[in-house]
Amino acid sequence: MNVIAPITRQPVVALVGNPNAGKTSLFNALTGSRQKVGNYPGVTVERKAGRIALPDGRTCELIDLPGTYSLDPRSPDEAVTRDAIFGRMAGEKPLDAIVAVIDATNLRNHLRFVLELKALGLPLVVALNMVDLAARDGIAIDAGRLAHQLGVPVIETVAVRRRGLDALNAALSAIIGAAPPEPPNAAAGDLKALQKQARSLAATVETSTGAARRWSQRIDKVALHPVIGPLLLAAVLFFMFQAVFSWAEAPMGWIEAGIAALQAELAAAMPEGWLLSLLNDGVLAGVGAVVVFLPQILILFLFIITLEQTGYMTRAAFLMDRLMARVGLNGRAFIPLLSSFACAVPGIMATRTIDSPRDRLTTILIAPLMTCSARLPVYAVVIGAFIPARDVGPFGLQGLVLFALYIAGILGALVAATALRRTVTKGAAPPFLMEMPKYQTPALRDVGLGLYGRATAFLTRAGTIILASTIVLWGLASWPQPPANGKLPPIEYSLAGKIGAALEPVFAPIGFNKEIAIALVPGMAAREVAVSALGTVYALNDVTEDNAGSLIERLRGAWPLPTALAFLAWFVFAPQCISTLAITRRETASWRWPIFMFCYLFAAAYVAAGITYHAAVAAGL
Amino acid sequence: MTPADLHRPIDTLAVGEIALIAAIDRAGLEPDTARRLCELGFDEGVDVEILHRAPFGGDPLAVRVGNMVVALRRDMARLIEVEAA
Repeated sequence: MNVIAPITRQPVVALVGNPNAGKTSLFNALTGSRQKVGNYPGVTVERKAGRIALPDGRTCELIDLPGTYSLDPRSPDEAVTRDAIFGRMAGEKPLDAIVAVIDATNLRNHLRFVLELKALGLPLVVALNMVDLAARDGIAIDAGRLAHQLGVPVIETVAVRRRGLDALNAALSAIIGAAPPEPPNAAAGDLKALQKQARSLAATVETSTGAARRWSQRIDKVALHPVIGPLLLAAVLFFMFQAVFSWAEAPMGWIEAGIAALQAELAAAMPEGWLLSLLNDGVLAGVGAVVVFLPQILILFLFIITLEQTGYMTRAAFLMDRLMARVGLNGRAFIPLLSSFACAVPGIMATRTIDSPRDRLTTILIAPLMTCSARLPVYAVVIGAFIPARDVGPFGLQGLVLFALYIAGILGALVAATALRRTVTKGAAPPFLMEMPKYQTPALRDVGLGLYGRATAFLTRAGTIILASTIVLWGLASWPQPPANGKLPPIEYSLAGKIGAALEPVFAPIGFNKEIAIALVPGMAAREVAVSALGTVYALNDVTEDNAGSLIERLRGAWPLPTALAFLAWFVFAPQCISTLAITRRETASWRWPIFMFCYLFAAAYVAAGITYHAAVAAGL
Repeated sequence: MTPADLHRPIDTLAVGEIALIAAIDRAGLEPDTARRLCELGFDEGVDVEILHRAPFGGDPLAVRVGNMVVALRRDMARLIEVEAA
């Protein structure tokens, strides 16, 4: 007797809500670490999905749709949310139910969107989030009455404290049917009427209106103060960059020691030969030189994620708007540009929140001038080798030089933006409108998950692009082998040496030697590869010395100071990152802009390095 | 005096002075921008207040509209007229 099991269908539920409603916190609380981050096909909008177990035994897929104010999109992110709700997003199944996440402290605005969603007819649960913050502000909401008035379940939640999750799951299991509902086909029309309806509904269910945002307003009195505000922002950024260097010191030492120990293990266990050389000098030296900077990158991301989640990021945008306006941008560009300090790729992706196409393009083009974390390895090695580790007042000289390099990048970006807005991206300034959310204490889980996602992305890059290019470079630097009676260093006989020699005349006027010219070629894959490339080139250059020796020691002997300074100046502008060019191609949908970006950055880097070199030589350094 | 004579642009409010939105010059805005203003809660009859003016020239403004705080530049703020609460 055969029993045919029914085909189990996995229902799909989407979290939908205004930006700042706490949607992502709720998503993290519901799915924990069981989440998958990917991309929607064709567009570069992030797709976050996870699995939740319903109390009735079913599991359903939960997707975190981009935050939006309405079903009328103004950006590609918002278009994904609309298309997913209407069941016409490629790569997304039609939805079984919607969880509308709303902020209890901003009921009237968020209820308008709930009314818009309810009109679609899909099964709906309202997550009345941040009820704790509402209570703190003295706002009391009759959730039962709200549910009655709306005709849908309303669950009070505090996502960051995991409150209300079971009730939410129970409500979902009650409204998800056996078969998926028919996708809706049109949004409700009159915005102003819905707005009015939402306001009167909010007035009916709020039993006490309290003093909304009392705490945020107190903090803003300081954070947005005309004098203290900008000083505080400068202090936050300065502290962040000092922390990146000083906190990371100890863990970086452990990683270096670990790599050296592995190399020694291999050298003891394996016979001398090309395989050992490949593993020690190619793979371990190359990847090790990059992974060692993971602590710095994590600290930088930790600051950026925390600033985002506390709500301070938009205050920074508010404070910076005037300055951005002077170069033809607006405060919104500040957040993508600040993210570009970690990596230009997420920074360029974050420009999707800029609604004006011209502003967006300008921001994309200048994003690589923000000193990304991939440049940190390069700066760290060169600063470590050439800048003495002494104190100037309360600060370390090395930290100050790093700070100066960041400032140079920012100034370069401001000049570039001004020039671009007058030429290739000329046009009217777009209106600037930005919600300033209330301040929140970030949940450890949200910071942790954000950090984990970004660390994995960095290590995946280190494990693929960087590993591949260091192995290719090792091959180029190892073959052909030098003749038995060769008098020159082995590198001179290799393919890499020949490529370096061919490029040398191009870079010689700006003080770069052949080894730098060699390292810049694989460095095209990603900026930090230049470090591992230098490591490989110098480790193989002198076979009599211990190959695991520190790159810093080697550079000190090999480069005059003006060359080192020119190399730093080069990296402030250098267009050396295939990922940045690829994401620009994707985000601008043409090859024109990445090619333009490459050319203008190359020219700027060449000029900056040349000026630095000749000025340093003239100054007698 | 007609009621319209008592209207004045929102950017003339002092910090902390509460008023009601009397009129929004939607014709002076792109349709998209007018819609986003509405989505952010700017509507006739809603209470507003200027919370902060940015450093370096007092632009942009941080405006409380209902329970929301929105940053906008003065050239747009001039299109929003208010009357005494």
